[in-house]
Amino acid sequence: MTDKIDFISREKFMAELMRYKKGSVSRRHFLGVTGLGLATTVLGSAVPGLRRAAWAQGNIGDRVVLATWPNYHDPANLDAFTSETGAAVDMSVFGSNEEMLAKLQAGGSGWDVFVPTNYTITTYVSEDLIEPLDLSRIPNYDAGSFDQRFAGPGTVDGVVYAVPKNWGTTGFAVNTNHTDGKKLTTWKEFWDMTMNEFSGRTMVHDYQLTTIGNALKYFGFSFNSIDPAELAQAEKLLIDAKPHLFAINSDYQPSMRSGDAWMTICWTGDGKQMNRDMPEIEYVLGKEGGELWSDFYAIPKGAPHLDAAYALINFLLDPAVNAKEVLFHGYPVADSRVNALLPAEILNDPILYPAADLLSALEFGAAATLTDPNRAELMARFKSA
Amino acid sequence: MAMRPQYRTALFLLPAGVWFFAMLVLPLVVVFVFSFGERGPAGGYVPAFTFDNFLNLGARWTAFKNTLTLAPIGTLACLLIAYPLAYFLALRASPKLRTMLLILVIVPFWTSILIRSYAWIFLLGGRGIPALLALVGLEDLRLINTPFAVLVGIVYGYLPLMVFPIYVSLERLDKRLLEASADLGAPPLRTFLTVTLPLSMPGVATGCMLVFILLMGEFLIPAMLGGGKVFFVGNALVDLFLQSRNWAYGSAVAMALVLIMLVTVTAYMRATRRWAGGRDEVSLM
Repeated sequence: MTDKIDFISREKFMAELMRYKKGSVSRRHFLGVTGLGLATTVLGSAVPGLRRAAWAQGNIGDRVVLATWPNYHDPANLDAFTSETGAAVDMSVFGSNEEMLAKLQAGGSGWDVFVPTNYTITTYVSEDLIEPLDLSRIPNYDAGSFDQRFAGPGTVDGVVYAVPKNWGTTGFAVNTNHTDGKKLTTWKEFWDMTMNEFSGRTMVHDYQLTTIGNALKYFGFSFNSIDPAELAQAEKLLIDAKPHLFAINSDYQPSMRSGDAWMTICWTGDGKQMNRDMPEIEYVLGKEGGELWSDFYAIPKGAPHLDAAYALINFLLDPAVNAKEVLFHGYPVADSRVNALLPAEILNDPILYPAADLLSALEFGAAATLTDPNRAELMARFKSA
Repeated sequence: MAMRPQYRTALFLLPAGVWFFAMLVLPLVVVFVFSFGERGPAGGYVPAFTFDNFLNLGARWTAFKNTLTLAPIGTLACLLIAYPLAYFLALRASPKLRTMLLILVIVPFWTSILIRSYAWIFLLGGRGIPALLALVGLEDLRLINTPFAVLVGIVYGYLPLMVFPIYVSLERLDKRLLEASADLGAPPLRTFLTVTLPLSMPGVATGCMLVFILLMGEFLIPAMLGGGKVFFVGNALVDLFLQSRNWAYGSAVAMALVLIMLVTVTAYMRATRRWAGGRDEVSLM
């Protein structure tokens, strides 16, 4: 799945196809909006004969492997990187930090750049899975322009292992066509609605951190709790809610857009993307709190295309490129140089930049939450119940 | 200089033997050893010797139950749909039509099962088949993310594996036996039950075995069409290795699955062999 294929609806695709057939838009436009251009690039790069000859590529190689999250990059930026450097971006998306960690622990991931979340970095360092960054090779990273609250977790024991990509929140998205004018504001309402009016219409992440964390919030416990008694209450809520869920899946945009699902646990940018296309889908931060997070660019130990990895990170941190990313995916950045380039309506957008009182209730994920075996096992019991 | 026949045989068997050893026996040994270990503090595997992982297998009971229910039901559904199709292909279709239909049975295999399952997400989703059924008055029918959706995906995905063995056994059938049966006064149904069906049993047994074995390890179809709510042992394994990173417990679950398969498949082979009157005609094609 690539961003844009997820992004365009079937109706829009057909409309664009008809426009293209009638000649009212160019082939370039058609391939661009439908995502087929990117798909063609990826397919093309899989055919050795179609790759550029080695001598034409500069010296960073012909590809760079990026492990990231769904709907998190503007394909036009990745295409621009490829045409500038000759390295095709081979992207795969993940639904949880656990899955990224598992792939790296198993070895042989073949990744050059990956996108870990704040609370995982110390674990990557202690497991010796992450490469210390040579900042002289990322001239576009200017530590002084970044908000330390979001950049800080990239540095462990004084060594910079990761540079900030985006930050955001984990709230929920709700299709207000089905709420009869009721304004949802809390996680308590999220779970209560799920088990009543919205039965069969709610999705939760296939991700223990957010799904268990926001079940804990129902009772007002910490999002990061690893206290057995509190987890037991959250488990009971999850098991009770399970028959009422539409699905347990971190890829919720397709079902929300098609109308099969009415409510889902949701990250900032997905909320923004859906709200932009379907204003009836609103993004809500639970008053009780929830997750505040910061994602990073990092290089795993043994990255096969190290030069290309540095080149890609540096390219994506170019303020002009980064601003285009934000406009595409709707996740805020902590880089003041980028914010200077963004239009006021983005900087004042309540989805991207929530009100201070909502923001102050949020918590960063904790390292212990990632590795706690009880939370992992609880999630498994919930899924198999 | 001519090679002695037994050396030649050994030489030809060498690639298969190396493959079998390196890709099946060795990994199984690793899984076996891991299943007595412990989860590391950040996940993964730490060497140990404990039976805890096996004693804790009950925690995945639902996954085993789902697999052991839906795999046989899926196999049976495949059989009920595949048999008439194979019968038609082998005994009723004209040669030209037969070739075309056989190709049509294979064609879906040319596309990845991932993409075909994704197509089913849209077909079974609210705007797909349920929307059509709503037109004829069946409102609010939920198909996607149910065990039924998983079953549809299973039948769709595995049907060719059932059709071909049955087709082959029916196609080999000596048509003169059917004439003889008719000449001796048996009505068509009786001919089918006493001649055609028994003679096609090796194909049926093979097809069932192929589909059942693969279904026991299935994880993609339940994950995609079950919305993460229909949980097979395969899904439990994916989660144990990719989410909670408990390799030791994952290995124990995998060993349990292998053991269950060995027992069921052996029992099944014995039963079919006895049923076939001691003839050893049950083979994997």
